[in-house]
Amino acid sequence: MTEIEAVLHSYQNRDREYLLPILQDIQRIKGFITTEVVVAVAAHLKIPTSKVYAVASFYDQFRFVPFAKYQIKVCNGTGCHIEGSNALFEELKKQLEPKNGNQFKSDLFSLEQVQCLGACGNAPVMKINEIFYTSVTPEMAAGLLSSIKAQEEIQ
Amino acid sequence: MIAMEKEAGLTGFLVENVLKNYSGEYSPEIQREVDLLLRKHLRRPVIYVGTGTCGIAAGADATLKAARQYLETNQLEADLIEVGCVGLCSAEPLLDFQAPGKARVSFQKVSADKVDGILEECFHHHISGEHVLGQVASEAHELWPGIPLIQENPFFKKQHRILLFDCGEIAPASLDEYIARDGYKAFLKALMNYPPEEVCSIVEQSGLRGRGGGGFLTAVKWNNTRMSASDKKYIVCNADESDPGAYMDRALVEGNPFRLIEGISIAAYAIGAGKAYIYIRSEYNLAVKRLRDALAKAKEAGFLGENIFNSGFNLQIVLREGPGAFVCGEETALIKSIEGRRGMPRTKPPYPFEKGLFGKPTVVNNVETLTNVPLILLHGPHWFKSIGTRYSSGTKLFALTGDTVNTGLVEVPFGISLEEIIFEIGGGLKNGKILKAIQIGGPSGSLLPAAHSDVRIDYGIFEDQHLIMGSGGLVVMDDHTCILDMVKYFINFLQKESCGKCIPCREGTNRMYEILKMITTRPAQNEGHESLSRFQGVMQLENLAKVIKETSLCGLGKTAPNPVLSALEWFREEFEEHVFERKCRANVCRNLIEYVISAERCTGCLVCLKKCPYDAITGAAREPHLIIRDKCTNCGICYEVCKFSAIDII
Repeated sequence: MTEIEAVLHSYQNRDREYLLPILQDIQRIKGFITTEVVVAVAAHLKIPTSKVYAVASFYDQFRFVPFAKYQIKVCNGTGCHIEGSNALFEELKKQLEPKNGNQFKSDLFSLEQVQCLGACGNAPVMKINEIFYTSVTPEMAAGLLSSIKAQEEIQ
Repeated sequence: MIAMEKEAGLTGFLVENVLKNYSGEYSPEIQREVDLLLRKHLRRPVIYVGTGTCGIAAGADATLKAARQYLETNQLEADLIEVGCVGLCSAEPLLDFQAPGKARVSFQKVSADKVDGILEECFHHHISGEHVLGQVASEAHELWPGIPLIQENPFFKKQHRILLFDCGEIAPASLDEYIARDGYKAFLKALMNYPPEEVCSIVEQSGLRGRGGGGFLTAVKWNNTRMSASDKKYIVCNADESDPGAYMDRALVEGNPFRLIEGISIAAYAIGAGKAYIYIRSEYNLAVKRLRDALAKAKEAGFLGENIFNSGFNLQIVLREGPGAFVCGEETALIKSIEGRRGMPRTKPPYPFEKGLFGKPTVVNNVETLTNVPLILLHGPHWFKSIGTRYSSGTKLFALTGDTVNTGLVEVPFGISLEEIIFEIGGGLKNGKILKAIQIGGPSGSLLPAAHSDVRIDYGIFEDQHLIMGSGGLVVMDDHTCILDMVKYFINFLQKESCGKCIPCREGTNRMYEILKMITTRPAQNEGHESLSRFQGVMQLENLAKVIKETSLCGLGKTAPNPVLSALEWFREEFEEHVFERKCRANVCRNLIEYVISAERCTGCLVCLKKCPYDAITGAAREPHLIIRDKCTNCGICYEVCKFSAIDII
């Protein structure tokens, strides 16, 4: 039995209300939602594929592309916005831009601005994977990135 | 740790001897157990580390590890307890120490490297005062000399903490500690002594209003649902806190998940619901985990399930993770989301109490509202009414963020003024700056100028003045904040989160964002069509905002224009400056202008070249310099230092 089948198997009750929990469980395992997942879930719950996709694409949580190794999330909640999260984001973007023809493998870093991470007292906040960094200045962020890059042996 | 070891047998013991003992007088043996759980008496020292999400973000995990390491290295006996957030996020990570018989002392900003030093002092009974936040005065404990009381700390002094009073003190994973602190007494009292209508009437007398934003009377919702004839009814707890800059619900769940569960149980009993849903934001990993653990423990102890305490009342609580959509804070959208559909609001009526979840009567209540319920039943409606104002009873939680000295979670009685929150609890503005504006009520709330900071927190006053209480976001802005930039930020958030059902909201918020973007960036040319459309933009903005407000279906669209309208009301001159003079007084909208060096007037003196912090100016001595567009940040330093007025603004 594949991982997806195992998840579906654990939902013997096929009511529509289990659509979101099923998708969440699958994403937790696979990291993202594929076409096959949408088709399999639709068949399991006996609803049209289009409806499953409509629901999955409505919510921010579901992704349709795989995660990068280092997911950088810069909080853009109100507190962080005031304390300069935009400058932080721009700096990170600049750091991750291809330089002298050397491009990062796209599966290494992903950078996004996200909604409030709920740690507004120590704004601006960013997360690399599950680790929080608080009161981050653009310089600090650049330092963090270069240590990761050194680790990955990328110039 | 003691509590954890005993967990297996202790809960049953407590239920029998503490919970079911209505007299409140215990035998010495039981009293000893209770006192241990309340930490009035200690067998050995206790170290508390605040590991809410905000604490972890500030490095509490490392602090916890360092404390554990210290105990192991020195072979010391002590309990290490993870607690929720006390609310003072700017002082995180927080570590508290309590020795037997002595008052508990709080230390602030305890990063991992400071743990050894602080614990060394604590275990040698000599606290020098470094990093001390204060000590907690209580009758059972002896005070440390020379350490200020935490109750006297300005951040805590003006607060009235009824919901937060045990956050940061109680171990959130311990049902036993909760029972020792009168937990579940209210639920059992309701179950044994009051019929459902009586519970509704107690809540009615208390005057409790929904804390989610609308301020609707909770008892009205409950009574309507209770009285509707249906075989199935539901209660839904809205914990989908998606306002940026607000985290009241998260702190309540992380700090003491059992009180929310008790509140839901009482509400379910009052309206006759056999099933409850908690819809919590999936990003709140820790809160979800704590809630899941707490639900399992409550079920094991018999507080959930079939025929609870032989009362014939059944209750099942289902946890649902909200997959991230701001609009799902609206009750009809939230219901759709639980049903497994796109979270889009629908027209009301029918209201959820008539036709809600799966077409059955449903009450949707916010976390903060439900957390108040056990306290109201325990202490009585008159106690609750005695807090706050005539129209709004009780307290309100605010997430104080932005430019104040102290930021964090505050609980204040209704009737307090914004001024008191900002200047007394918040400690005024950072770096002695001047208060410019306050945003209250989240992204679709209202902007208030500093001159109106004397307004009092009250649902009645807010309604009269057309302000939005919202769920409790309170953002303080100093004079280095550009109002247009803030409004643009809020509108951008809202246009992204619009579900797309109604055209005025979907297209209108987008257009508002476009206009705001246009007037905060430099036009490609200063004449002709573009200049006209900038001008037109500010003329149309107000009109557009009003149309969106009047023609949208749900709360999101109806309130989305609020930031624009309130900013236009109080800060119109800043809009005009941006449009007509291309000037941003806070120097935030740097793209409004561009600096160029006039080749004719530049003498090549090298002054600007040397002063430019970004190395954005090139040139040789006695030759005209040039600004490199890509490097220039429009900081304006070259403009200020040029002695020959050779730099033009275009």
